[in-house]
Amino acid sequence: MESLSNKKKVLEVKPLNFWERAYLPAIAKGLSITMGHFFKKPVTIQYPEQKREFSENYRGLHSLKRDENGKERCTACGLCALSCPAEAITMTAAERQKGEEHLYREEKYAAVYEINMLRCIFCGLCEEACPKEAIYLDGDIVQSDYLRKDFIYGKDKLVEAPLNQ
Amino acid sequence: MELAEIGIKFALVAIIFGISLVVAMYSTYAERKIAAFFQDRVGPNRAGPFGILQPLADGAKMFLKEEIIPTNATPFLFIVGPSLAILTACIASAVIPWGQNVVIAGKTIPLQVTDINVGILYIFGVVSLGVYGVMIGGWASNNKYSLLGAIRAASQNISYEISMGLSIIALLLVTGTLSLGEIAQQQHGWHWNVIYQPVGFILFLICAFAETNRTPFDLPECETELVGGYHTEYSSMKLGFYLFAEYINMFISSAVMVTLYWGSYNYPGMDFMNELLGTTWGPLFGFAVMFFKVLLFIFFFMWVRWTIPRFRYDQLMDLGWKVLIPLAIANIVVTAVVITFLK
Repeated sequence: MESLSNKKKVLEVKPLNFWERAYLPAIAKGLSITMGHFFKKPVTIQYPEQKREFSENYRGLHSLKRDENGKERCTACGLCALSCPAEAITMTAAERQKGEEHLYREEKYAAVYEINMLRCIFCGLCEEACPKEAIYLDGDIVQSDYLRKDFIYGKDKLVEAPLNQ
Repeated sequence: MELAEIGIKFALVAIIFGISLVVAMYSTYAERKIAAFFQDRVGPNRAGPFGILQPLADGAKMFLKEEIIPTNATPFLFIVGPSLAILTACIASAVIPWGQNVVIAGKTIPLQVTDINVGILYIFGVVSLGVYGVMIGGWASNNKYSLLGAIRAASQNISYEISMGLSIIALLLVTGTLSLGEIAQQQHGWHWNVIYQPVGFILFLICAFAETNRTPFDLPECETELVGGYHTEYSSMKLGFYLFAEYINMFISSAVMVTLYWGSYNYPGMDFMNELLGTTWGPLFGFAVMFFKVLLFIFFFMWVRWTIPRFRYDQLMDLGWKVLIPLAIANIVVTAVVITFLK
């Protein structure tokens, strides 16, 4: 029958010749191939000691940024929580008191800011939604843990370290 | 005098027993490491430097696992199976000559536990007993996979023992003796039997793979078809004994192959070395040479395991009955004709 695509290839099934039927040359060939691999460098990355380099746009653990004076950028506008498709972000806003100007940049700040790392899908929409450039997914892999409650990261884990430290 | 000799024999037995156990133990480690290297991996490296303590960890784990005897199993035979497997694996090393006579403090000590004049037959007998461990264990488990594994082991060993025996007959025509000690002596220097019996060696090698149930002949315990084969129902150290017996068998069959075909403790230039090192260290160096050859064979076993896929059952039988046995018989005939006309 005429083939439609003309891609059909008729293979000729030849009977094996004597050396092919004798197995041993083929086995010797196979052994030489595996021996070649024996002296190859292993491709393993030994994880806890060695880490693979992340790509530039890798989205890892979130961090809440500070500005150039070390004040928290976040104003608790809630846009990140609103944009979050997994509903992983919750926050409680508070008003900045007198004498706290060196801590928070604007009059309003997030008193509680929590991300549930089990819900987060690391899509980066919070990063895009933030008008204050306060949140970035520039961290490491989220560590494993035993309890679900330990995966709700608060400000203690999310906020960047202060400048003067 | 008598008592001293008995003491020396016991010490020798203990040393050989210890060596074969340690070799078997570290074969498990070597197998995993070598497998890793062949697959561009690293292999076990967490227990101790380079994972060198891994066999100890595995052994401790084996001992601490729960011992399960299935309800429908035959308890007595279920225990006899692995015991027999490890027993037959251990006693085969008795007739292997590990080196020339060593002279220590004026005493001549042969590095062979016993040089019985039918050494090859003894090894044959012990090796064929080994299949009983597998068969009894598989049957006593009362599990269809175990039974299938046991049946495969039995039929495979019977088929390949024939061509193994026939390949040895050709060797016996060359050597003219059944004693392993004498066969080892005859291969002095570079007169290794593999030069005179290359086909016989290849036949023996293939059969040794089949007898030790190593890939490509690991049908009795193939994970992909029979779960675990004859040791599916086994746990704890009884499973450990089966696995251990396999590695001891590998060690012993390597030693037998080295003794029969690859010159045992002989190496080119051994007379010179013996004069140089004296009557104590010379033979011990010969032992080291033999041990090195044995380790090479163990490496070869592992190399083949990570290269060649398993045979299908009918292919296994085809190879055994239709290829190896005729080839072995032809080898005997050719050897006999050549010997008759040359001598």
